[in-house]
Amino acid sequence: MFLVPDSVGRFFHRMASPPHFYAFTERLMPWLVVIFLLLTAAGLYGGLYLAPADYQQGDSYRIIYIHVPSAWMSLFIYVVMAIAGAIGLVWRIKLAEIVAISSAPIGASFTFIALFTGSLWGKPMWGTWWVWDARLTSELILLFLYLGVIGLYGAIDDKRVASKAVAILALVGMVNIPIIHYSVEWWNTLHQGPTVTKMDKPSIHVSMLIPLLLMALSFNVYYLIAVIQRMRVELLQRERNSQWVKTMVLENKQ
Amino acid sequence: MTMQEFFAMGGYALYVWPAYGLTLIVLLANIIIPVVQRKQFFVNALKKNGKKL
Repeated sequence: MFLVPDSVGRFFHRMASPPHFYAFTERLMPWLVVIFLLLTAAGLYGGLYLAPADYQQGDSYRIIYIHVPSAWMSLFIYVVMAIAGAIGLVWRIKLAEIVAISSAPIGASFTFIALFTGSLWGKPMWGTWWVWDARLTSELILLFLYLGVIGLYGAIDDKRVASKAVAILALVGMVNIPIIHYSVEWWNTLHQGPTVTKMDKPSIHVSMLIPLLLMALSFNVYYLIAVIQRMRVELLQRERNSQWVKTMVLENKQ
Repeated sequence: MTMQEFFAMGGYALYVWPAYGLTLIVLLANIIIPVVQRKQFFVNALKKNGKKL
């Protein structure tokens, strides 16, 4: 831990304390919303207006600006959820447990968006809404994993026990993540290969790449906003008998 | 580019706009639900407190 500057260590230590986290995120929220709106406006303007139509796919390809960032987020959030779950499992840090379970519905939402927008893109380009190929099927399994996490957590009354169970399920499900990523290389699929995350030069023009990256950033900030909102509710419910929550209720603060 | 051309999306409007519309709905829902739940929490907690007093 000697590599971590003192002030950074103190910051994380304070953040792990529920009342500090609650107060700090309240002050942070307006800034996050402004950054999110700016990134989204720039990304959509670049993607829907400035970027040219694709020479093969016409304007239908513009679904890429939500489809690909959503798919990236569906994987990223799953990894965050599993790591937070593992931290909660090993060190019993309450806030890590809350990060894990609060991420699940947002990850499920992004997975659903990736599948749905992919379907709307597939229909005009492939001629079908859905095929049971490796990429689509493994992404659908990801959606079920998220739903499994949410369902399991809801089924166990003791939320500390529920967090343990959920963390184990999330960690086992990690197996699916590389399968999704490499599915388009390991199997012959209808889904196109990666155009951005290739080791050599990405095979996408810079006028299309910049809005795509802006949207990816925007979705990351969105995740931060949404996960904080969910965490605050989860925190209040878990800590409803503690003094800091009681004080807030009596002072009628929200 | 005129407004009509923009919204026509080169003939793919029926695919592009529903994709964007649904994304907007899902992302908005993920913010609205926890905010409503938090408001609800404070309303319920105050009621409970009133009974105790």
